[in-house]
Amino acid sequence: MDYVGIDIGSTASKVVARGSRDFHFTLPTGWNSKETALIIRDRLLEAGIDVGSEATKTIATGYGRVAVDFADYVVTEITCHARGGIEFAGKDCAIIDVGGQDTKVILVNQGMVQDFLMNDKCSAGTGKFLEIMANRLGITLQELFDMAAQGEVLPISSLCTVFAESEIISYIGEGRKREDIAAGVVDSVASKVAQMALRRELPEKIMLTGGLSGSTYFAKILSEKIGRKVQNAEYGRYAGALGASILAEEKTRRRQK
Amino acid sequence: MEVIKDLPEVFEEFAEQRKNSFLAVKQLKEKGIPIVGAYCTYFPQEIAMAMGAATVGLCSTSDETIPVAERDLPKNLCPLIKSSYGFAITDKCPFFYFSDVVVGETTCDGKKKMYEYMSEFKDVFIMELPNSQREESLKLWKSEIIRFKEYLEKKFDVEITEDQIREAIKVNNAGRRSLKRLYEVMRHDPAPIKGHDLFKVLYGSTFKFDRSAIPAEVDALVDKIEKEYAEGVMQEKKPRILVTGCPIGGATEKVIKAIEENGGIVVTYESCSGAKSIDKLVDEENPDVYDALAQRYLEIGCSVMTPNPNRLELLGRLMDEYQVDGVIEMLLQACHTYGVESRGIRKFVNEERGIPYMSVETDYSQADIGQLNTRIAAFIEML
Repeated sequence: MDYVGIDIGSTASKVVARGSRDFHFTLPTGWNSKETALIIRDRLLEAGIDVGSEATKTIATGYGRVAVDFADYVVTEITCHARGGIEFAGKDCAIIDVGGQDTKVILVNQGMVQDFLMNDKCSAGTGKFLEIMANRLGITLQELFDMAAQGEVLPISSLCTVFAESEIISYIGEGRKREDIAAGVVDSVASKVAQMALRRELPEKIMLTGGLSGSTYFAKILSEKIGRKVQNAEYGRYAGALGASILAEEKTRRRQK
Repeated sequence: MEVIKDLPEVFEEFAEQRKNSFLAVKQLKEKGIPIVGAYCTYFPQEIAMAMGAATVGLCSTSDETIPVAERDLPKNLCPLIKSSYGFAITDKCPFFYFSDVVVGETTCDGKKKMYEYMSEFKDVFIMELPNSQREESLKLWKSEIIRFKEYLEKKFDVEITEDQIREAIKVNNAGRRSLKRLYEVMRHDPAPIKGHDLFKVLYGSTFKFDRSAIPAEVDALVDKIEKEYAEGVMQEKKPRILVTGCPIGGATEKVIKAIEENGGIVVTYESCSGAKSIDKLVDEENPDVYDALAQRYLEIGCSVMTPNPNRLELLGRLMDEYQVDGVIEMLLQACHTYGVESRGIRKFVNEERGIPYMSVETDYSQADIGQLNTRIAAFIEML
């Protein structure tokens, strides 16, 4: 059997396949989730996995989950991130997923989602905020983190991405150092994420997943704000897809019983 | 309503009730029957009914009129208040248009200040609703009810007798008993009908001008539901959700839809279109009708009250009676009283009852449906 998890996020789509062969890949979601889903299907086929076959079980998750019409099941990214996160942080943990359009804090107790928080329809405190600011500074996301590590935090007070962008424009106008602005941008996102997480009592283990989980620098700033160690992992961006593929396996086994 | 109709048809008929009442209100007006419009569950309908007036809930649940309202009101105000004001000032709500007087209460800050502006273009009678349920508050509320009666007597040059009020109390209680019987069908597990269909009837019934017609119609519906249930017509077994929070209806029915499209079923509403306005009856035995009314209405567990123990009492009771698996609170953006109270509700539901709770903040736009679906689906997956 092959178990495939497909996580179509607002920015990137992540795929994890487990079973006869284990592999993963990511691709930009682009503007058409349906097309992205078809590209994923073709790439899986090239790798020898036919999602149409009875020997493959697929779960789709992420905001574009409904676009994957060949999926056997559709599960929300909250449940999938929790399931994937358990593989990194164990059965009692908090998972902070900073995604392209939303940020979630998921509390896992004995392997089950106990509670979760999600940002409202606002991009402050999400990956989108970083993306917009990096664009404004003319650098990549990786460069933004690298520069931020060198800079002194310039305060960004606006809660709204659009207003924050104009704050940055005035910093640029004042000729402030790009490193300092970058540090301010990362600090602002980390503050908002921490604020959300601190609305609940957090367990010992906290795991960062989603697109920013590769950044040790972001995890470090977030740890400072939360006052507790936030682990990160290069593979953390696959937590949702990994969780989906594990859930596909668990669902299939339960059905067989 | 004939009993031979299919249930879905009956539910749709109730859903259409508001629209159908547009014509009815005009006809009433032509017959010279006064119309008293109101927005809130605290409005003591019986006083207006006692003088033969028709009472009606005014439009406040669509985002259509919000841009106009924002010319006069702040943008970050609760959508219900903005929508109410917008419908009023644009005359897009036929019920408002035909209302001889609109009754407002000093519930939340936003509403009471909005009524000041509404008074500039409409006869608005403001009742001073106390913020608490103490003895002194009851006295004030009772005197406000009497002041409202005197206002109506003067305005319409009529006399409202205590016997007429007593009669109105009986009529309204009978309606409440029937509506309660209706929502109690959801005690069955699996539920006999969809929570959204239940909502359509509860909400639609508030647009019945002839309150005395409610029992016969609703009882026939309940009998039909029970009969079909006994014959095996029921919903699939699904996680049972209690909906609480701000008044729900119109645009915010998206929350009910999201729950029922994502694997849950709403079994009860601890909100203004549900148990909150129906659960308690007015004491028919109390010789002092004003005292009876004041007690009944002041007891409503709205978040404008401080402290607000009656909300927890009702919430806890509904959670038990309806074997609730999860509680979802709908908060309207910028509703401070419900917004602040949500922490206490979460604590009560989680810690005292050990049941999952989630709040969703929303407004009257349809822009957040994707997010609502994700959130609510994840909550239901968690149950």
